[in-house]
Amino acid sequence: MTTLNILHLYPKEMNLYGDRGNILALTRRAEWRGIDIKVIPFEPGDKLPKKVDIIFGGGGQDSGQEKIADDFKRISSDLKILIEKGTPALLVCGLYQLFGEYYQPAGGKKLKGAGIFNLHTVASRDRYIGNIVLKSKKFGEIVGYENHSGLTFLDEFEEPLGEVVSGFGNCGKTDEGIIYKNCIGTYLHGPLLPKNPKITDFLLETALKNLGEKTELKELDDEIENLAHKVATTRPR
Amino acid sequence: MKKLSILVGKTVQKVSKLRGGSGSALPGLVIEKLDPEFAENILKQLPYGVVVVSGTNGKTTTTKIVTELLKSQGLRVFTNETGSNFFRGVISAMLKNIKLTGTFNFDIAVLELDEAHAVKFVEKVPINYALLLNAQRDQLDRFGEVDHVVDLLQKVAKKAKKTVVLNREDARIRNIEATKKIFFGLSPDLLKKIPSEDNLYSKTETSKLPASVILDKIDDKKSFFKIGDKTYSAELKLKGVYNSFNASGALALCQEILPKADPKEFVETLEKIESAFGRGEVFNFAGEKIELFLVKNPSAFQISLESFADENHDYMIAINDNVADGRDVSWLWDVDFSSLKNVKITSGIRASDMALRLKYDNVKVGTVEEDLETALKNFASQKGKKKRIFATYTAMLELRKIIFGRSIE
Repeated sequence: MTTLNILHLYPKEMNLYGDRGNILALTRRAEWRGIDIKVIPFEPGDKLPKKVDIIFGGGGQDSGQEKIADDFKRISSDLKILIEKGTPALLVCGLYQLFGEYYQPAGGKKLKGAGIFNLHTVASRDRYIGNIVLKSKKFGEIVGYENHSGLTFLDEFEEPLGEVVSGFGNCGKTDEGIIYKNCIGTYLHGPLLPKNPKITDFLLETALKNLGEKTELKELDDEIENLAHKVATTRPR
Repeated sequence: MKKLSILVGKTVQKVSKLRGGSGSALPGLVIEKLDPEFAENILKQLPYGVVVVSGTNGKTTTTKIVTELLKSQGLRVFTNETGSNFFRGVISAMLKNIKLTGTFNFDIAVLELDEAHAVKFVEKVPINYALLLNAQRDQLDRFGEVDHVVDLLQKVAKKAKKTVVLNREDARIRNIEATKKIFFGLSPDLLKKIPSEDNLYSKTETSKLPASVILDKIDDKKSFFKIGDKTYSAELKLKGVYNSFNASGALALCQEILPKADPKEFVETLEKIESAFGRGEVFNFAGEKIELFLVKNPSAFQISLESFADENHDYMIAINDNVADGRDVSWLWDVDFSSLKNVKITSGIRASDMALRLKYDNVKVGTVEEDLETALKNFASQKGKKKRIFATYTAMLELRKIIFGRSIE
């Protein structure tokens, strides 16, 4: 049986808003197709494992982000290599920002990011909170819940995850998130994957393709996923 | 000025009730504007002063326990009602209990306040004691992150002139500073059953600080409390390990307030205390006995499941996402539902989200029915096992309306 290794970045410090649901979505949707999942929690000081098939990282409290900032610098060039060679990844909120070029806090010094995504983030005084719906070329309609105060600006020609149908998104313009190679960055919690199974399956399928495995995933009954998705699009901000 | 404000306040209360309101917020608002020192002037005259109970989970039940324990020792206790755990709610409750002459016949006030309102309250009104239960993820869209909540509780603790009672097993809470602080805690065995914010996500170290009251053991019937070098046992009507733990906090606090009282009498009083509104309330609907549990955040839901998920019951889960519930339903993914069997129905606005969540813990769901009344009728019609409902705040209010609007009590 095939085993996929999911690297879960800083599960202790970066675990806001049900991000564990993303891991659970990947795990179950793989298991239901007879694929084994091994989740490797990565804590500050750990050595990066040799075999990484999918990368996941969530958002954290300010204190959590401070704790991991130095360690993240240590591993960022290795993460960049993994992303460049096509490893599928999902980064939500805090780690989405850290995968960019820099983060500019209000009044403080610029914090350097991993420079994997061509984007930067600037702190703002407001918080952008509420249900959000996107339209994505790759995944169709995407639903989620955003809660951030950073404004993220993609460089020219970068591809967002989707166009904002309702909600705020990266910086109040029309875009939300980013797709670079097989790596997705986004502000969407909810958590993102359970109600957007197409994204989950994209991550799994890409991981299998990278291993040279048969990539056609078995269809699952997504009735309840689709219903929960549909209800989420009708909810007020 | 004082008598005038009381008269105005009471009048506003009547008028607002006639108009169909709960009479809870508006009178408080009027008094706040008319007589900003109203609460302070009255409460500072109480011989035992003011006690604030705060924290994310367990405030309502714990406030009730403290109130009953002090009453059993002959104190006249003023307390705020459920659902009014904010400053204006306290003022409204005071208006109901004060005579037009300004007489406020109480010895002590025991007030449940949510974290943000507790800070506003202690900035205006002097307090003697605080009982701080826990800092867990609640409505992050309202309060921000857990660290921020701890900052709020620290501000409350600083204002307590006598004693602050802290949960030893919550690392963020036990490090709160105060003039005098004492602890309530758990035995190592029970520690595994009550998740704190940190050990809900990962393991954290335990503390060896001495605790005034320790919840030592729970068996099928009884809870065992270690107070000093003696152990006392009681059969509580309040079920669940977390209620017994909150009772430990209440015991520690009441012993500080009344150091001469016999701990045995306090523990005996615990046996008589009934559940507060929506915290394991039992009611009859269509001939079925149903227990109703409020769940409003992941840690509260998790500890409810630890105590109340078993094979002998059928379950219904009702999840709304109205503002009072929190619009964001992500928190459901921080709860581990794998201990749950026999979920007959999920309901509420986010019935489908709940069913989806259960699917990913491999828990089968009978029916998904958004409409609460249809769901409740369907649930009650399934004869056999005893029944339990977990519901978010507004779902619980709606269910109560359906139940008590129809049944002849």
